[in-house]
Amino acid sequence: MSKGHTPSTETRRPDRAALVIAVFLAALGGLIFWDASRLASMGGYSGIGPATVPFVIAGSLLILAVWTVFEALRGDFPARDRQEVGPVVWIVGGLVLQMLLLKTAGFSIATGVLFAATAAAFGKRKLWMTIPVGILICLGVWLIFAGLLQLSLPAGPLEHLFW
Amino acid sequence: MNTFDFLMQGLLVAAQPMNLLYALIGVTLGTAVGVLPGIGPALTVALLLPVTYQLDPGGSLIMFAGIYYGGMYGGSTTSILLNTPGESASIVTALEGNKMARAGRGGPALATAAIGSFVAGLIATMALALIAPFVVKLALVFGPREYFALMVLAFVTVSSAFGDSTLRGLTSLFIGFALAIIGIDQLTGQTRMSFGVPDLLDGIEVTTLAVAMFAIGESLYIAAQGDLGPDKVEAVRGSVWMNRQDWARSWKAWLRGTAIGFPIGAMPAGGAEIGTFLSYATEKRLTKYPEEFGNGAIEGVAGPEAANNASAAGTLVPLLTLGLPTTATAAIMLAGFQQYGLQPGPLLFATNPQLVWGLIASLLIANFMLLVLNLPLVGLWVKLLTIPKPWLYAGILLFATLGTIGANPSVFELGMLLAFGVLGYVMRIFGYPIAPVVVGLILGPLAEQQLRRALAISQGDVTVLFTSPIAAVLLLIAAAALIIPLILRARGRGEVLAQLAASED
Repeated sequence: MSKGHTPSTETRRPDRAALVIAVFLAALGGLIFWDASRLASMGGYSGIGPATVPFVIAGSLLILAVWTVFEALRGDFPARDRQEVGPVVWIVGGLVLQMLLLKTAGFSIATGVLFAATAAAFGKRKLWMTIPVGILICLGVWLIFAGLLQLSLPAGPLEHLFW
Repeated sequence: MNTFDFLMQGLLVAAQPMNLLYALIGVTLGTAVGVLPGIGPALTVALLLPVTYQLDPGGSLIMFAGIYYGGMYGGSTTSILLNTPGESASIVTALEGNKMARAGRGGPALATAAIGSFVAGLIATMALALIAPFVVKLALVFGPREYFALMVLAFVTVSSAFGDSTLRGLTSLFIGFALAIIGIDQLTGQTRMSFGVPDLLDGIEVTTLAVAMFAIGESLYIAAQGDLGPDKVEAVRGSVWMNRQDWARSWKAWLRGTAIGFPIGAMPAGGAEIGTFLSYATEKRLTKYPEEFGNGAIEGVAGPEAANNASAAGTLVPLLTLGLPTTATAAIMLAGFQQYGLQPGPLLFATNPQLVWGLIASLLIANFMLLVLNLPLVGLWVKLLTIPKPWLYAGILLFATLGTIGANPSVFELGMLLAFGVLGYVMRIFGYPIAPVVVGLILGPLAEQQLRRALAISQGDVTVLFTSPIAAVLLLIAAAALIIPLILRARGRGEVLAQLAASED
């Protein structure tokens, strides 16, 4: 799985992506610190309050961020596989569409679209076929889970035909 | 009443017809989902949690017990018939099992895994029943600082003692902690990290996080590898039954695997998969057929599989008696308890003995059901393995979102599912372990509570954490578990630890 990345022959370059992770960790720590400082005066008699643990976590995240910078500069992060962007966009897009459609179109249509998008991410691109199949499967799932197991799954026009 | 009476009572509860039906549904669903490639026990349990929402606590936990054991069985079938590197929980089983399947001995490999799991599950569940009352008694003398020290130990072993990097393990753990403080503080009622968003007041659901990280993160990662061609599923040729020699070579391995796996699982520390590696190493050393190792030695399947199941039962000891989850699967089971307002721990044995012992007894029953179900139905499970990837992952995402929508039909919850899914994907790319995030999310608030109680009693004096002998020893072990691997890795001996990685999926 590892292509290249032989530290002995290659000069170690700083790992940009790992530096981004370090920035993210530091930002997360800063956010927690900022949020907890509102509560800092609530320590009460013992000085231990709702802000104590968030402060510790924020501090630890900052330390981890610094540590990540060191490992990034030394090139200690493992080699990464090449990632294809297309399939990721398909799946994320499917999830976003499902989220947007859920309330209006109901569970079956929204999830059917997600189903087809996921299948497309793995190479089945015939959407005119996969979307109807997905919607039918999801309708079946809806009938079992909302009908028999009484899980509250949002109903849309399709579901109202049956229930 | 002694343990035996309690267990008999539990069996009476578990043997009620409805509960038997729940157990049967549980094991069937658990096996069917667990057998799907890319779905480990943790995800199986997380995906199927919503199915139990409408049942009463007793029935739901019994179904859950079935799902847990069923998922374990299903996973071993996958690794024998489909060599899936990356599922490190059953990597050892795949080592020899897949070789056996390729040599046309898939049947006996599945049989020794199933029977070994049964034997190990039986012994380990009995051991769980015997040990639990003692641990409960011990737990009663634990105060907040001892609990806190115990949790620190669990944090260290789950995140950084094993795996290939202390930094990345700890980072995962602290991301879990950061997510855990979102919501209302349990002791003062103050809101933290919720920025006025009402949906965040209840905090992050463990099941949402687990499903997002394991199901969506994994699907994204697999999809992003591009088309690697179809996986090769080994057909089960010939008899599924073991011959006399198979039996002779298997039974000692089963018992040794159980003896190795259970104590490791039962320890209130993470890293339950170590047992499978130790068992494999033991079998390799003791075997009379060393030349077969690496080419499909049956002991190499029997031992680790037994160890795997025994440590799965073992992890229920700290979970039930101390409320301490030490694997991602156990963390999700704890979430299952919490949805009924039940907090596992010594109190649960006192206030709700019927429930606890009913659960333990139904583990025994689930174990029997699996043995009866699994071997005859192996053909069906093999069919599930051959589902083409597009449909398989489309189905996984369908059920992943179904669970989230069923628990909380809000667009915001789906948004979190997507966000954590992407986070899980990015973490996979960079080699961050997932299990510490889940354990940190669920155990973080419990640890904070104990810490703040301990410090409130001492009026803010931190030294009190070290002045109790039990707490001091636990913290010392935790420090050792943090520092020793760091030194080992710095001196280039990290490969062994990387192999012992306790990642669940």
